[in-house]
Amino acid sequence: MSNELVPVLTKRWLSPNSWTMDTYEQLEGYQGLRKALGAQPDQLIELVKASGLRGRGGAGFPTGLKWSFIPQGDGKPHYLVINADEGEPGTCKDIPLMMADPHSLIEGCIITSYAIRANFCAIYVRGEVLHCIRRLNAAVQEAYAKGYLGKNILGSGFDLDIVVHAGAGAYICGEETALLDSLEGRRGQPRLKPPFPATSGLYASPTVVNNVETITSVPYIVLGGSDWFRAMGTEKSPGPKIYSISGHVEKPGQYEAPLGITLRELLEMAGGMKDGIPLKFWTPGGSSTPLFTAEHLDVPLDFEGAAAAGSMLGTTAVQVFNETVSVPWAVMKWTEFYKHESCGKCTPCREGTYWLTQILQRMCKGEGTAADIENLLDICDNILGRSFCALGDGAVSPITSGIKYFRHEFLALCEKNAEDSYEAFLAGASA
Amino acid sequence: MTEMLNDVFGQDTRTKAQQLIARYPQSRSALLPMLHLVQSVEGFVSQDGIRFCAEQLELTTAEVSAVATFYTMYKRKPCGEHLVSVCTNTLCAALGGDAIYARLKEELGSDGKPLGHEQTSEDGKVTLEHAECLAACDLGPVLQVNYEYFDNQDPDTASDLVAKLRAGERPAPTRGAPLTDFKQAELQLAGFFEGRDLDVAGPSAAKETLRGNTVAQDRGWSAPVMPDGVLPPVPEKKK
Ligand SMILES: Cc1cc2nc3c(=O)[nH]c(=O)nc-3n(C[C@H](O)[C@H](O)[C@H](O)COP(=O)(O)O)c2cc1C
Ligand code: SF4
Ligand code: FES
Repeated sequence: MSNELVPVLTKRWLSPNSWTMDTYEQLEGYQGLRKALGAQPDQLIELVKASGLRGRGGAGFPTGLKWSFIPQGDGKPHYLVINADEGEPGTCKDIPLMMADPHSLIEGCIITSYAIRANFCAIYVRGEVLHCIRRLNAAVQEAYAKGYLGKNILGSGFDLDIVVHAGAGAYICGEETALLDSLEGRRGQPRLKPPFPATSGLYASPTVVNNVETITSVPYIVLGGSDWFRAMGTEKSPGPKIYSISGHVEKPGQYEAPLGITLRELLEMAGGMKDGIPLKFWTPGGSSTPLFTAEHLDVPLDFEGAAAAGSMLGTTAVQVFNETVSVPWAVMKWTEFYKHESCGKCTPCREGTYWLTQILQRMCKGEGTAADIENLLDICDNILGRSFCALGDGAVSPITSGIKYFRHEFLALCEKNAEDSYEAFLAGASA
Repeated sequence: MTEMLNDVFGQDTRTKAQQLIARYPQSRSALLPMLHLVQSVEGFVSQDGIRFCAEQLELTTAEVSAVATFYTMYKRKPCGEHLVSVCTNTLCAALGGDAIYARLKEELGSDGKPLGHEQTSEDGKVTLEHAECLAACDLGPVLQVNYEYFDNQDPDTASDLVAKLRAGERPAPTRGAPLTDFKQAELQLAGFFEGRDLDVAGPSAAKETLRGNTVAQDRGWSAPVMPDGVLPPVPEKKK
């Protein structure tokens, strides 16, 4: 059976002024909230559990289960924090979502806060996206004016305040505990887990941290029910998902499909490879997910399928590269990124990404030796599973998978004449 | 000391700093927005700026410095009128982002020396930086001016854009509001949008953003029809 696109979260994007309250309310906006406020909070947690919704921020943790970890009747304030830090290379779904339909996220925030009994919610948006922050801010103001936020929402007795908080340029702040430190006005460095945010999160109180796309799914689940949600996707990875296709394809863009669609199907919808130049490698879900090749065109892109094929679903940021791109060069560029973004807290990642970058740069200059390949793998081995947070694990993904599938390209570089200048190499890569 | 700071940061900035603090359950959470606020006044985070935040939040200057130096968007040296950020992460770079950055470095340099990362052109108009993935990969190569997107660029369009900025023009971003300058953008990042209501307008999305929707429309595809979903019963409390 071939998969078809299923616009759910993206369905309003085509409407004129889709970001405004008027448009949103005309298209079932805030109906899910009305229904939710008539239910018991625990019913909503059960509903989201039954829907099988899994986190869209990369790790795929079951959302309802996460909510159920929040202790009830503990007398402490509870918090909802939305992870809108979108910085994983290739990932570009949350920003367009908030730009085109900010109210759907806000409605999700209100329902979720009601379910977990939170009265304060922060949306932590990466700082470099001013227009998105502006739209979100305007939407929050509109929601206050309409009585969807503030005291006694729609006469339910439930109070909620939402703050839109701009970050300041640090990929690591997407890691949920680093995000919490950053939101508390500190350097964004990950915290030791446990304790998990569910018991000791923002200001040491019970906190749910969820991704934008995760929380935006909630109003639809409330309206349509868990069976409807499960009619899309697979048994273990249900629901629709926004696949962001970028790179050497004819029509890059956002494609909302049931989880489990394949790149072959997506490529057909995206007009195929640009100028017919064949595919060489791609990431299923951002640069932290191990590379795939043309062998993997039929891998079902859901949590299980991507993992079984040796990668991860990640953020479904599908970056497609054609035959003109050098794998060692791409791997070097990504490694430079991880080196820059390593927060410096732990040694394997801080030192490891530094040395990996040095070696890869040397190889790409044509000054490497075959022993460098083993060296790279050895350093990767000392980072993977030995770093304090998942940034370190992610940093080795491009390298180990790149060498796994394209060792010959790394070897060729080592044999390459040292006279081949670095500049010429870079120019070739960006042609 | 306070008097000196009053010269740099007037009553208006103090009032705004207090408004920021009021937004959060705990005052220190206002530090990141406050550093954006400080940049909107001086165009960078100066020692005065650090003292200002420390004073408002009752923190030490060391505590504020430690935070200010952690984040890329807080600049240590005064920025030009505009900040131009070119994405040179792998995907954009492969599509031409490296070439764009190389060209702008040359053109903005002087005395035959290319401009370096986070340096400002001699006329004070443009600060140039290379940036990591800007979450617009489907529109790459992208660059930003004062954090507004200019999508699908190439070296020629980027060069033209920067020339216009230096001539005092403010070309419209592909998505986003009419350009202002770096300081104005920082004020908005601090969360102050007063008097800028019209800035929210513009297209809902880029054509790339809508591509999946367009394909679905053309082929008559849609999500399963939504029934009136039933909520599960209230779960029984575990004993
Ligand atoms: C280095 C790093 C960066 C991350 N960046 C993001 C991000 O930008 N957005 C996001 O939602 N999750 C990000 N995550 C995942 C979060 O830690 C967390 O799993 C997620 O916000 C949970 O939300 P979810 O269950 O709704 O997916 C990142 C994780 C790591 C290790
Ligand atoms: S793995 Fe890297 S980013 Fe994570 S805590 Fe260690 S140094 Fe920081
Ligand atoms: S790689 Fe340039 S925006 Fe993502």
